[in-house]
Amino acid sequence: MSEPALASPHLASGPRGRRPRGRFSRRNIFLYGTLIVVAAYYLLPLYVMVVTSLKGMPEIRLGNIFAPPVEITFEPWVKAWSTACTGLNCDGLSRGFWNSVRITVPSVIVSIAIASVNGYALANWRFKGADVFFTILIFGAFIPYQVMLYPIVILLRELGLYGTLWGLILVHTIFGMPILTLLFRNYFTSLPEELFKAARVDGAGFWGIFFKIMVPMSLPIFVVAIILQVTGIWNDFLFGVVYTKPDIYPMTVQLNNIVNSVQGVKEYNVNMAATLLTGIVPLLVYFVSGKLFVRGIAAGAVKG
Amino acid sequence: MTSVSIKELCLNFGEVKVLKNLNIDIGDGEFLVLLGPSGCGKSTLLNCIAGLLDVSDGQIFIKGKNVTWEEPKDRGIGMVFQSYALYPQMTVEGNLAFGLKNAKVPKDEIAKRIARAAEVLQIEPLLKRKPAQLSGGQRQRVAIGRALVRDVDVFLFDEPLSNLDAKLRAELRVEIKRLHQRLKNTMIYVTHDQIEALTLADRIAIMRNGIVQQLASPNEIYNRPVNRYVAGFMGSPGMNFIEGDIDRSGTTAFTFGDIRVPLDKYPFEAEVGSSRVVFGIRPEHVVCGDAADAELFSTEVDIEVVEPMGADTLVWGVLDGREFRFRVDGQSAYRSGDKVRVGFDPARASIFDASTELRL
Repeated sequence: MSEPALASPHLASGPRGRRPRGRFSRRNIFLYGTLIVVAAYYLLPLYVMVVTSLKGMPEIRLGNIFAPPVEITFEPWVKAWSTACTGLNCDGLSRGFWNSVRITVPSVIVSIAIASVNGYALANWRFKGADVFFTILIFGAFIPYQVMLYPIVILLRELGLYGTLWGLILVHTIFGMPILTLLFRNYFTSLPEELFKAARVDGAGFWGIFFKIMVPMSLPIFVVAIILQVTGIWNDFLFGVVYTKPDIYPMTVQLNNIVNSVQGVKEYNVNMAATLLTGIVPLLVYFVSGKLFVRGIAAGAVKG
Repeated sequence: MTSVSIKELCLNFGEVKVLKNLNIDIGDGEFLVLLGPSGCGKSTLLNCIAGLLDVSDGQIFIKGKNVTWEEPKDRGIGMVFQSYALYPQMTVEGNLAFGLKNAKVPKDEIAKRIARAAEVLQIEPLLKRKPAQLSGGQRQRVAIGRALVRDVDVFLFDEPLSNLDAKLRAELRVEIKRLHQRLKNTMIYVTHDQIEALTLADRIAIMRNGIVQQLASPNEIYNRPVNRYVAGFMGSPGMNFIEGDIDRSGTTAFTFGDIRVPLDKYPFEAEVGSSRVVFGIRPEHVVCGDAADAELFSTEVDIEVVEPMGADTLVWGVLDGREFRFRVDGQSAYRSGDKVRVGFDPARASIFDASTELRL
């Protein structure tokens, strides 16, 4: 009974406790200061690339790499895209761009199609030896790629796929499998098991449950897989240079050939433009679907 | 006629024996409740009947047909889950139609059956909605509807009301009972809630560690539990257990401390082996005050704690140094520290052998 009497004087004197900190408290200044420095650290190289790519060669020779362009020119971009020379071909990065598209699209589709079914089978249809199979698969994710380069060359040669687009697509599909299967398996185990049971009682089979129940509920994880694969395969250099030949080199290999060509003057502006062009696809993918990406990673991470 | 018959069913997960040699026959149109604490195997048994778990040994018959290795869809069962398990991307209508589409039922027949189920469960206005737009009670209605449209012989319920709040649970409980009276299907219902079990069941199977302890009508289980475990599990608050001896000098009686409870009216069902026994009496079978002296046995109890619960009051007393609970009318004004006379009819008690814990 005595409590309300005690409480009333405090009520009259307004809010109690420590006042919330102001916007420019020391803590906030340190926090945001650090964040700004770190952000600048990552953004400065990008800034240099962009301004350099927009300058003409005379301006670059002045040597002030941080200065904004006096005269903006898009010529380096045009040259990088359509006329820069890589070895014998002088049709710029455009050839590599389309090669990369022709490598990335089928690799992404095939690897995700297989990995999602893999993950679904491992999560929901616990067959005998599933754990052993899964362990072996995950083991594959920890073996350095370089170890397998040469054996795969022989394998592809025996299959008659060496130096072809499909050979490279096969390699990307196989190397994407462990991590993608893990991703899908974890996501599907996090879905309520009773849904799967209900669908079985309702008479849906292996594929029926997969396509009608599981896939419609799995948009976030498919987006994650697509982003991982598109960026991974687009940015791949090693497999591209080892398993293909000059006609079908992916964009990254061509970029390297442009930037590292030793003949004549180094055209920094063209090199920068070419690098930016190559990086645009993964960047776009990330900006378009970044939110889904973060959500999907979290969703898959709940259960392991 | 039997509807579901379980014969010598065993299920092992590796070395762990989850279900041990179960034999249960369920009659046509019977409402059987599987009751037990978590981990007793009741949900596992239901999953075996549904075909969602492969049994290790034994057979399952539904409508006389051996379905031990059949797919769930071919068993003539419908199942309702605790988490509702509605397909989130489909509308209510889509959820109800999913099983029928898989069974390749003609379109007009699907529409007819959905309309009927929606009418029975009063979910017509919800048919176009997604599960996320429904309340818990509505979702569980839809989940029941999904079993209903498939025109199955046997309904399986896996703790269907556990996710609902108390009020809704009571409402849906009555609705399930009404549904059973209307459809007259066989229903097997898993729960850990004894109120649900007592109110719904024609028969209750009380399970513990993968073994059925007692399979009988609710009345039988409540009044004549076969062993001490069942006696303690059923009833809230639980039965009072007093350890003591059977004294057969003169008339048969149960003795503990200085107290002697006459047992000449107690219907013994088994030979009393050793004289050491456990005497059990339910709190609601104890009377007190003036009525106590009218009973065959009465004594005095010190009151420790009084718990008013509205309709009645639970009193925790001490009888010969032992805890002794009894239920009195909600209006009675006992207080802690009071002494009160309590009595009961020994014929309503249950007596168990102290070592085997079986009913005597």
